[in-house]
Amino acid sequence: MKSFHFRPCGNLKERYDEELRIFETDFGRAAAIIGGLLFFSAATLLCGSYIVYIFNIIAISSIGALGLNILVGFTGQISLGHGAFFGVGAYGAAVLATRFGIPFIFAVPAAGFIAAVAGMIFGIPSGRLKGLYLTIATLAGQFIIEYLLVHWESLTQGTMGIILPEPQLFGISVVDDRRFFFVVFVILIIMILMTSHLMRTRYGRAFIAIRDNDRAAEGMGIPVFRYKILSFGISSYYAGCAGALWAYYMTSITAEPFNVGLSVEYIAMVIIGGLGSIAGSVFGAAFIVVLSETLRWLTDTIMSLSIIQGMELTLAAIRELVFGLSIVLFIIFEPRGLAEVWRIVRSNFRLWPFSY
Amino acid sequence: MEFFVQILINGLNIGFLYGLAAMGFVMIFKSSSVLNFAHGELLAFGAFFFLTLVSAAKLPLPVAFMGALALCFALGFVVERIFLRPLIGEPLIYVIMLTVGLASIFKGLMLLVWGGNLYMFPPILPAKLSITFAGITIPPVYLLSTSIGILFLIFFGLFFKYSSQGIYMRSVADNQSAALSLGVHVRRVFALSWAIAALVAGMSGIVLGIINGVNVHDLSSIGLKVFPVVILGGLDSIGGAILGGVIIGLLESFTGGYLSASLKDVVPYMALIVILIIRPYGLFGLVEIERV
Amino acid sequence: MNDKPLLQVNNISVVYADVIQVLKGVSLAVKRHQIVSLLGSNGAGKTTSLKAISGLLKPENGKVTEGTILYNGDNIQNKAPEDITRKGIIQVLEGRQPFKYLTIEENLRVGTATRWGKPYREDLDMIYEYFPALVPRRKSMAGYCSGGELQMLVMGRALMAHPDLLLLDEPSLGLAPLVVKEIFKIIKQINEEQGTTIILVEQNANMALQIAHFGYVMENGKIVMEGESKELKENPDVKDFYLGMGTRGDTNSYRDVKAYKRRKRWL
Repeated sequence: MKSFHFRPCGNLKERYDEELRIFETDFGRAAAIIGGLLFFSAATLLCGSYIVYIFNIIAISSIGALGLNILVGFTGQISLGHGAFFGVGAYGAAVLATRFGIPFIFAVPAAGFIAAVAGMIFGIPSGRLKGLYLTIATLAGQFIIEYLLVHWESLTQGTMGIILPEPQLFGISVVDDRRFFFVVFVILIIMILMTSHLMRTRYGRAFIAIRDNDRAAEGMGIPVFRYKILSFGISSYYAGCAGALWAYYMTSITAEPFNVGLSVEYIAMVIIGGLGSIAGSVFGAAFIVVLSETLRWLTDTIMSLSIIQGMELTLAAIRELVFGLSIVLFIIFEPRGLAEVWRIVRSNFRLWPFSY
Repeated sequence: MEFFVQILINGLNIGFLYGLAAMGFVMIFKSSSVLNFAHGELLAFGAFFFLTLVSAAKLPLPVAFMGALALCFALGFVVERIFLRPLIGEPLIYVIMLTVGLASIFKGLMLLVWGGNLYMFPPILPAKLSITFAGITIPPVYLLSTSIGILFLIFFGLFFKYSSQGIYMRSVADNQSAALSLGVHVRRVFALSWAIAALVAGMSGIVLGIINGVNVHDLSSIGLKVFPVVILGGLDSIGGAILGGVIIGLLESFTGGYLSASLKDVVPYMALIVILIIRPYGLFGLVEIERV
Repeated sequence: MNDKPLLQVNNISVVYADVIQVLKGVSLAVKRHQIVSLLGSNGAGKTTSLKAISGLLKPENGKVTEGTILYNGDNIQNKAPEDITRKGIIQVLEGRQPFKYLTIEENLRVGTATRWGKPYREDLDMIYEYFPALVPRRKSMAGYCSGGELQMLVMGRALMAHPDLLLLDEPSLGLAPLVVKEIFKIIKQINEEQGTTIILVEQNANMALQIAHFGYVMENGKIVMEGESKELKENPDVKDFYLGMGTRGDTNSYRDVKAYKRRKRWL
C-alpha cells in the first residue's frame, strides 16, 4: 500500500496526476468515507423523520445545484431556466412512470435525458448570444416551458397534476423518508464523483476555457458552440434527475413550483455556495433549504400561537425580506461563497499554529 | 373592425407603458451594465408613494406626483449607496444576484407596509377629456401615458447623446478604469443613474397604478415583462425600449384578443427568442466590439 | 521661477491585496515643465508607480503603505482618483483604453470631466491641431479605430483636461516605428507649448531618453539609477540592458544579467 500521508503545507505537487486526483491525500479519502458512514448512520438512527426529510430535500437540491454550477460556475453561461429543466425532469419521470409503467430505477435517468434534450434545445441560442442576452434567452425558455407544462394537457394533465406510483427498488418500496434517504444520497455521491471527474477530463477543461475567454478557447481549436450545448445538456441532465427524484419523493406534482422563483433559488444556491466549486453547490443547497425551512418553521410556530389574526400576510412578507436580506448580505460580505469560507476555515486548521 | 381598432389601441397603450417601464431599466444598464431584477419593485414603490401621498397625506395631485418622484429619486440614490457601492468592480453575476435579493427585500417591505391588497386611485383625470375616434373611446390616461412616454424618450435620448453628464455616464459603462483615470466621478455616475432610473420607474409605476390599480404582486411582475421589451429593443437603446414595448404590447393584445388569453403571456418570450437568434443584440442594441 | 519640484514621491511602498509588495521604497522628484522618463523592464513597478500617483491603485485593491506623495505641497497618497484628477494629474492608461462605443469626439469630451460645465469647443480645436489624423474620424466609433489613432485619441482625451502633470504609460506599445516617432514628437511639442509636466513610462528607452530631461531606471520595485537623460544615455549599464548597445560583447546573455545584478548590489 502507498504511504499514508497528510496534506502538505503548501503546493508541493510534482506530477500532473497528483493535481488531478479527486482526494488529495489518502487521509482525505478515508475521512470522507468515515464521515459519510457516520453521517449515514447518524441520520437514519438518531434523527426524526422531519430532519431526514430536510436532508433529502438538501440532497435533491444539491444535485440540481451541481448541474447549474457546471453551467454557470464552470462554463460561465448564466442560465435562468434551471427551474424549468427541473420541472421537465419531474414531469418526464411522472409521465414515464404513469403512462409507460417504467420502474423508478430507469425512470430517473431517463427523465434526466429528457431534461438534457430540453436543455440543449434552449441552449441553442448560446451559439449566437453572449452574456446578459443569453441570460434573458434562458429566462424566455423558462416561461415557455412553464407554459407548456401547464397547457400541454394531454401529456401533463394541466393544473390537475400527476400522481406518481410508489418508487420501488429491487422490489422494495423506498417511499419512506429513511429509505428514500439512502437512495437519494447514493445518487448524490455518484453525481458529485461524476462532476469532479468531469472537471478533470478534456470536457471540463474546455468548459473552463470557454468561461475564462471564449474567443481564446475558439482560437485554441475548442468547438465552443458544441461545448456550450454540451454544458447545457449536462447541466439539465442533473436538473432532470433532481426533478425526477423530487417528483417521486413528493408523490404528486403540478407545474406550479417550477417557476422563475425556483430558477432564481438555484442561482442563489450556486452563488451562495461558491461559483465553480463542487462542495459549494452542496453548501449552497443546504443553506437555502435550511433557510427556507427555518423561515417556514418560524411562520408555522408563530401562526400556531395565533397572537393576532391576519398575521399570515406579515409573516409572508418577513419571509421574503429575510430571504432577500440573506442573499444580499452574503454577496456583499463573502461574494466567493460558502466554499471560500470553508476553505479559509480549513486552511486555518491546516496551518495552525504557524499561519505564516 | 371596431374590435380590431380597440385591440390595436389597447396594445399600443400597454406597449407604451412597458416601454416607459423599460426606460428606467435601460438607464441602469447604460451606465453600469447591471441587469436590474428589482425593477418591478421600483415601479411598485413609485405607485405606493403616490398612493400614500394622495390618499393618506391628502396632497393635491401635482404636488403628490412631484413628491412621489422625489421619493423615488431618493430611494434609488440610497439603494445604490447601501447595496451596490460595495460591489463596484465585482463580476456582473454577483451584482445581478444582488438585485434579485433586493427584489425580495423590497417586496417584503412593501407587503409589510401596504399589504397585498389591490388599491384603486381616486379618479384623477376627468372622463370628459377622453377622445372618441371612429366610434372608440380613448380614455385620457392612455393619452397621458403616451405623451409622457414620448416626452421622456426625447428628453433622455438627447441627454445621453449630447449632454456632458450623459456622455460621462456612457463612458463609465464602456470602460470604468479609463473613466476613472480621466476624473469621471464614477460613484456619482452610478448613484445618479440609479436615482434617475428609480425616478423613471416610479413614474411608470404611477401611470400603471392609475390604469390598473396598485398591487404589489401585479406591479412587480411587470419587472419580468420588462426583459423581453428591453432585449427586443437592445439593452442599451432608449428608443429601442419604447419600440420594443410597443411591439410586445401589440403582440400581447392581439394574441389575447384573437388566439387565447393564456398564450398572451408567453408570446413575448417566443418572439424574444426568434428575434435574438436573428439579431443577437436586439433591434437597436450596440453590437459588441470585441478585439482580442 | 519656482524651483521646488511639482511632484515629490518620497520612499513609497505599494502592496496589492495586502500581500504582494510591488514597490519597495521608490522616490521620484519631478520638476515643473519637464519630461521625466521612467524606464525598466516588465514588472519593475513602473505602471504601479504611476497608478500610485494618480490614485488608480484603489480599484485594483492596491495601497500605498509607506511614504508620502506630495503634489504642489499637498499630500495625495491614497486619495480618491476623482480628487487627484481634479488637482490636475491625468494618467493615460497602458494599452490604450478607448470608450469603444463612443465616437472619437465623445471620447474627447469625456476628458472634460474634471472641469464640468465649462465650454469645450476650443479645446477640441486644439486637440485636432495636435492630432490632425483624428479629424476625419470624428464621428466614427472608437472601437473601430486603428492603434495609432487610438493612442492619439487617448492622449488627446487626457489633454482635454488641461493637466498640469500628465502620466503617460507606454505610449509606443505595439505601434509602428514611424507612428512612434510621431507620437514622441507630439509629446515633446505638448511639453514645450503647453508647459505640461510629463512622466513618461517606456520600454523604448532610446526614444524616451531623447525627449526626456531626466530619467529614472527601475528594477524590482526600486529605483536603481537616476540622472539627466544625457548621462543615462552614456551610462554603460543602461546602454547594455535597455538600449541594446552592448559594449562588452554583442549579446546580453543571462550570465551578463547576473553579473550586472551582482555589480549593482555593490554599487
